[in-house]
Amino acid sequence: MITLSDYLVVSAILFCLSLAGIFLNRKNVIILLMSIELMLLSVNINFVAFSAFMQDIAGQVFVFFILTVAAAEAAIGLAILVVLYRSKQSINVDDMDSMKG
Amino acid sequence: MTFEKIIFYLFAGILILAAIRVITARNPVHSALFLVLAFFSSAALWILLEAEFLAITLVLVYVGAVMVLFLFVVMMMNINIDVMREGFIKYLPIGVAVAVISAIEMAVVITGNFGPDKVQGLVRKGVEYKNTEAIGNVLYTDYLFAFEVAAVLLLVAIVAAIALTMRKRPNTKFQNPSEQVMVKKADRLRMVNMESEERQS
Repeated sequence: MITLSDYLVVSAILFCLSLAGIFLNRKNVIILLMSIELMLLSVNINFVAFSAFMQDIAGQVFVFFILTVAAAEAAIGLAILVVLYRSKQSINVDDMDSMKG
Repeated sequence: MTFEKIIFYLFAGILILAAIRVITARNPVHSALFLVLAFFSSAALWILLEAEFLAITLVLVYVGAVMVLFLFVVMMMNINIDVMREGFIKYLPIGVAVAVISAIEMAVVITGNFGPDKVQGLVRKGVEYKNTEAIGNVLYTDYLFAFEVAAVLLLVAIVAAIALTMRKRPNTKFQNPSEQVMVKKADRLRMVNMESEERQS
């Protein structure tokens, strides 16, 4: 029998992996965006697991809204990335210092 | 160990391995493809929890739309991978340390508070239970306002993405079809009065 803690541990490991991804790939904005997507996925796994084990459908409705927001975030993030690449010919985080005082 | 548990560990293992490859792959295209694998395996995990609607939505929206957008952008850019990997080794110890410590902390809290003895097991619903119908029933009644706000949010995201990436290029040559259609005879044809001349032969 699968227990709630199995799902929660999987999603905790996934969250920590994406946290490590943000540390390791500090230069590459695309991998940073992918790590954020992974984080949102682990949150969604938590929501679905609690919704199933607590017999409450509201958790799944929340996952629906999180998916909406994550899709909008990915679209706008990639649009900003394309504009950045067009002006600097690079997506290195170190090149984004034009607002530095 | 039941069959259900074997399936769960199989997909959870694939999910974790894919996530590890997402953050360590050299090539961003490989990262994006492993992210697709991670989304697929988590969709399988959700089907195990009887959340079919969200599992299918995850595959359609993420694998079908968002990840294709990611691949599109990754392949459009000419990325110097070696420059991007700078600092990977330097930050590896601190990154792994933070991840392992927080994973252990979370696992301790989770297994202590949500273990099998604290939370009741999964109650399987009957064949007549429809997940999509159950979500639709609350989505269009209790959460109607939130649903409409989400629709407006998506519209704003479309407008923002187009407004950000749109650019005017002054040097491109193009034709304006409406001006072409509206042209009159007088715009193109000029009548000239002149004396008739003798043929020179």
